[in-house]
Amino acid sequence: MKDARQALVRVDGLKVHFEIKEGFLGGLLSKEKKVVRAVDGVTLSIDRGEILSLVGESGSGKTTVGKAILQLVPPTEGAVVFDGAPVSQDREGLKAFRREAQMIFQDPYQSLNPRHYIIDIVAEPLDVAGLVKTSEEREQRVRGALEQAGLTPADDYFYRYPYELSGGQRQRVVIAGALILGPRFIVADEPVSMLDASIRTGILKLMIHLRDTKGIAYLFITHDLSLAWLISDRIAIMYLGRVMEIGTADEIIKAGLHPYTQALMAIMPVPGQTREGERPVLEGETPNAAVEILGCKFSSRCPRATERCRLEQPELMEVAPGHSVACFPVQEAIGSI
Amino acid sequence: MAGNSVKAKLRKRKIKAFVRQVLANKMALFGTVVLLLFILVAIFGPLLVPFSVLEFGEVEDMLNPPGPGHILGTDDMGRDVLGYLIAGSRISLLVGALATGISMVIGTVIGIVSGYSGKVIDNVLMRITDFFLVIPWLPLMMVLAAILGTSIWNIIVVIGVTSWAGTARVVRSQTLSVRENQFVERTVSIGAGSGHIMLHHILPNVFPLVFANTILIAAAAITSETTLSFLGLGDPAHASWGMMLHYAFETGATSTGAWWYFLPPGLCVVAVVLAFTLMGYAFDEILNPKLKER
Amino acid sequence: MKLLEVNNLKTYFKTSKGMLKAVDDVSFDLEHGEALGLVGESGCGKTTSALSIARLLPKEGRIVGGQILLDGRDVIPAPESELRRRRWTDVSIIFQGAMNALNPVMTVGKQISEAIVLHEKASEADALRKTKDLLELVEIPSDRYKHYPHEFSGGMKQRAMIAMALACDPKLIIGDEPTTALDVMIQAQILNLLERLRRELSMGMILITHDLAILGETCDKIAVMYAGKIVETGSVKDIFEDARHPYTKRLIGCFPNVKGPKAVPDGIEGFPPNLLDPPGGCAFHPRCEFARDLCQVQTPESVNVGGKHIVACHLKEARQ
Repeated sequence: MKDARQALVRVDGLKVHFEIKEGFLGGLLSKEKKVVRAVDGVTLSIDRGEILSLVGESGSGKTTVGKAILQLVPPTEGAVVFDGAPVSQDREGLKAFRREAQMIFQDPYQSLNPRHYIIDIVAEPLDVAGLVKTSEEREQRVRGALEQAGLTPADDYFYRYPYELSGGQRQRVVIAGALILGPRFIVADEPVSMLDASIRTGILKLMIHLRDTKGIAYLFITHDLSLAWLISDRIAIMYLGRVMEIGTADEIIKAGLHPYTQALMAIMPVPGQTREGERPVLEGETPNAAVEILGCKFSSRCPRATERCRLEQPELMEVAPGHSVACFPVQEAIGSI
Repeated sequence: MAGNSVKAKLRKRKIKAFVRQVLANKMALFGTVVLLLFILVAIFGPLLVPFSVLEFGEVEDMLNPPGPGHILGTDDMGRDVLGYLIAGSRISLLVGALATGISMVIGTVIGIVSGYSGKVIDNVLMRITDFFLVIPWLPLMMVLAAILGTSIWNIIVVIGVTSWAGTARVVRSQTLSVRENQFVERTVSIGAGSGHIMLHHILPNVFPLVFANTILIAAAAITSETTLSFLGLGDPAHASWGMMLHYAFETGATSTGAWWYFLPPGLCVVAVVLAFTLMGYAFDEILNPKLKER
Repeated sequence: MKLLEVNNLKTYFKTSKGMLKAVDDVSFDLEHGEALGLVGESGCGKTTSALSIARLLPKEGRIVGGQILLDGRDVIPAPESELRRRRWTDVSIIFQGAMNALNPVMTVGKQISEAIVLHEKASEADALRKTKDLLELVEIPSDRYKHYPHEFSGGMKQRAMIAMALACDPKLIIGDEPTTALDVMIQAQILNLLERLRRELSMGMILITHDLAILGETCDKIAVMYAGKIVETGSVKDIFEDARHPYTKRLIGCFPNVKGPKAVPDGIEGFPPNLLDPPGGCAFHPRCEFARDLCQVQTPESVNVGGKHIVACHLKEARQ
């Protein structure tokens, strides 16, 4: 079992529930408050310098996990532990934490303030934390961050506006802004899904390079399983707020055990591969996260669901070193061998 | 410092580009030119028409139609209408500007704070805003003017305090939408406080709206001042165009057909308000860098 | 006779900064019941090509050259009245983010019927019957015709859009990134549906996407676009197993392939071309590792390298 105490980031039984405000009549008529269980009991850990991908479709809660770790949404239940200690909630503690843990957002066209110069956007974390005293120092650090992000000559970018840059360049600006405080952990929320294919690889290579040279750990959030395989050490598959399976990238892709993982693999398009017959899709669609589900979240669509699956919720159980699955049929099959 | 000279060069370029855009936009151009004209006249007025002509004239000088020595004739006290008009322009424009300033500051601050904070603060501020929005401004202004007295400073405050509500609503709307942008989320994630975000992120993105709104509020402020003065609530020591209209009406210039007394100030008010309105409509486009992408 | 023949199509946009050559001498064809994948990155001209064929260009865009032969008849010189008649009955189009194109205050059924009533002058009752059939065809329970768009899920909305596109039995359906905004499972469902419909209705299909990976499974042939031109056309096999153009080869490499080595591929150096001022000669030359002097001055001709495999490149290796 991986020693969770060594992990850089750890979440334990994380739950994030949002209350839906009922309309006036709805509030009068129904006694229960509707709750969206975006994250419903997630436990995982990320080591120093590790890239863990969180893969899931929309509504899986993967983005919410990332935000909860960074304290951008308040956890309803469960702990977030960073470098051995729970993330502190007081102002000073949060400030220190924010220097260590940063986020890269999905939309390079939206995550930069269109009215700010690039230099101000990248320097903002410094300004907010009150870390630089002179404008030379500020320029120096921004220059360093832009160069690390592959934007050279850095000075050319200082006084440009975001609308003057391409998508790939903008995303590099976002990365520079995330790097400038020297974090040890970055949550990357679909960082390349809005970029052209030929540009994506540049950003991915940059992220890996930063991991190799600076030891930055990543939580890489994506809906694209093949992309996750390409870049990560380990993959966690999420469905409706829970982790279904977690293991090394190769294990998940080549030997995934959870029915949902296998379903994703079965429909995954491979470049150049033709397909005989229909894709084996799952029936129906992902259920509404506001509806409480007894038992396994996946049971309504699972080809292997049993009575027990519909009544009891499975927990992640290790079926091989470092490879855990939350599925009764799988656990029972392994256990009985 | 290398950075500073680049910044300075860029600023110069931006200003030049801005001016070019203003010159290209006919509405903005017309409005700006007219406004500049009025402002210049207001500032340099005394040099053109020394106010010594504002002394009372002899009885035979009263209410004379335009003629030699008095381009716009005389008023009921024998004073030169043109001189009076120029002197009045200073007051009208000054009151308009200051009242607008007060109104915009209150409206923008409340709008941004309300829109960004949400929940309780938003509710409280919006209820206050609704109160000011719903109250009929003219009776309110009349009551306040009656209570506080008709000094020019009171007028400025009264107008400012009764006209911020519309701005607050509009700014709050825009704030709500800007708040949802991902770059705001990013700034939160780097640990910035609400004040920083409101000042550096919300305000710059709300600014074009505020600016366009300011110009329209200025038009309304000048109209308000003119109305108040016309109704007799203006400051007799500082006569504006509105006061001219008031006296013209009171002394029967309308019935005796002394058009040179009431027509010029009325036309001036119309011209200035029109200029502001045209500018307001045209400036939003010019100030928004995102629109340049298209 | 081919279903669709596009010959030397040129569509330009008039902008304040000059003439934008969105589609610049593009040629391809399609047989009845065949599926063509039009692939390229943002700004390559694939959407403009589709809009040109459907004659739905915005007012700044004009077709300035070439022919578009639909069942032998050139649609470019056709007057607007004839176009309106043929739109939707000959060619229909599913737009990107189409599910957001549904009118929220009209029932889904009404929106589908609208097209039928407009084009086939059918009675309301007949149109409703056909609408229900169409819903069943796209695997939506027919009694949901009276529901509003907000009662449909994302995948269902997209399927409703497909039903709408089929309303007048078009010969050719163009899907512009029809699955881009959807989850992978729903994407698979929609692709299954499109393939089934194509077979059952013998429809021609043009699938426009930036995702090369899904084309192999869905299309018969592929055309790769760059900077308003087609750089390579061929069957799926030709493109994936014998790609000739340097851009095609690099582009294929950019898509993760779980059956290959686990290494982040090299991207393509440089930036997408500026269509207002494209590079001279071959538009790809600034980013091409094999570029020679000739590539900078002369636009390469399209050359047939075997069967239906066509490449536009100066390199000898590419043309053999």
